[in-house]
Amino acid sequence: MNYQNLTALDMGIAASLILINGALSLLLRLGLGRQLLWAAVRTVVQLLAIGYLLGWVFEFAYWYVVLPLMCAMTLIAGLSAAGRGRRTYRGQRADSILSVWGSSWLVTAVGLFAVIRIHPWYEPQYAIPILGMILGNTLTGVSLGIERMTQELTSGRNTIEMILALGGSRWEAAQEAIRQAVRAGMIPTLNQMTVVGIVSLPGMMTGQVLAGESPEDAVRYQIVIMFLIAASSALGTVGAVLLTYRRLFSSSHRFLRDRLVER
Amino acid sequence: MTDTPLIEARALTRMDERRQVPLLQPTDFTLQPGDRVSITGASGSGKSVFLRALALLDAPTSGQILWNNQPIGNAQIPHYRCHISYLSQRPALLEGSVEDNLRFPFSLKTSRKRRFDLVTVTTLLGHAGKAPDFLAKRAADLSGGESQVVSLIRTLQLNPEVLLLDEPTAALDPTSSREVEALIDAWFAGDPSRACIWVSHDLDQARRMSDIHLQMSAGVLSGVPQP
Repeated sequence: MNYQNLTALDMGIAASLILINGALSLLLRLGLGRQLLWAAVRTVVQLLAIGYLLGWVFEFAYWYVVLPLMCAMTLIAGLSAAGRGRRTYRGQRADSILSVWGSSWLVTAVGLFAVIRIHPWYEPQYAIPILGMILGNTLTGVSLGIERMTQELTSGRNTIEMILALGGSRWEAAQEAIRQAVRAGMIPTLNQMTVVGIVSLPGMMTGQVLAGESPEDAVRYQIVIMFLIAASSALGTVGAVLLTYRRLFSSSHRFLRDRLVER
Repeated sequence: MTDTPLIEARALTRMDERRQVPLLQPTDFTLQPGDRVSITGASGSGKSVFLRALALLDAPTSGQILWNNQPIGNAQIPHYRCHISYLSQRPALLEGSVEDNLRFPFSLKTSRKRRFDLVTVTTLLGHAGKAPDFLAKRAADLSGGESQVVSLIRTLQLNPEVLLLDEPTAALDPTSSREVEALIDAWFAGDPSRACIWVSHDLDQARRMSDIHLQMSAGVLSGVPQP
């Protein structure tokens, strides 16, 4: 592999570009100075930390090292998916973790066992970045799905009760909200898939090319990853929305609107 | 009276779970065929709470509701709600025309075997003083009063046994209120075994539209005739 190594000075030059954001914030009085600084520090610290951690994990490529790391990544993704939206309900965190976990691990397993077929399956060079990319997109789908679902149920409350009062089942009453929520969760991935390669060159592919891989090979990996991401975020979104539905509609066809609370 | 009551509530209560405040004190209540009941009381007194519990829209904290002397199983609830129809103060109409809205209930599983009947609907529109071309209007263009008329016709065409009316005219102008009352009178005249409960804070209306007058105050229903 043949590429330019980056020194601390190089990173410093790039980091100083944040001053552009800072200057804009001051000029337009956006009041984002503090948040910008915090975001910049987090970017550097988190990435350095994961760099060291991955370096260490790659050296000890045992399942009992890789698996806990994968669990921790999934848990954090599930928790951050739950943290969005103006309204929440009891058990939202569990629903979010469950749907992120189920969908991302299922799809990652398909990727590792059926598509890439690496041995052993926990080879960290593959397992961790692939799970990571899937998680990143699944968490967006899940959080948008839950957020939209709670929003639709709040604004559509009268319509939902009207349908129930006319003899509709809980499923018939919730259908429109479910449809909207699943759509909202799937749209970011769809957008990404339609512009990939034209407007955006995905990070993984760029990375492989920078590291000296031929673009054709890099593209093949990227295609596989895009489909894994699409499948996982769709599964995760549907799972999360249906779990929300089960929490907020009882088997006696009642809409449990009191369970929806503002954060 | 040997009539089977249409609905019977036994020791029905409801608590606000979050604040631990009782919304409805233990309430016994019987609705017989032909009963026209009004419940008046201040806002927040529990009138709607009681009515929504009877419509099975909110689960009671304790107590029981019987329909034709039988408890109601979960699978039966949509069916129950077709017969015991609840109408809210705020009409909810779907996008589309008035006719689309009137056809909507027949797309639901419980009423799928039934057909939208233009003659029934035209007659109902006539009771509310509306011409048949009203059907083509966009739901979004209707006034509050017109929306409530559509919402009521949507319910009445299903031929319910009982109407649970939750202040249906509270937000309406006098003309629309009269149209709603006319529709309900006509529905009543259609079959003597029908019954309704009208929640209202308008005493005149309550007197005009019912013959059993009950009051709700701080979750206590009073004036219940003793059997």
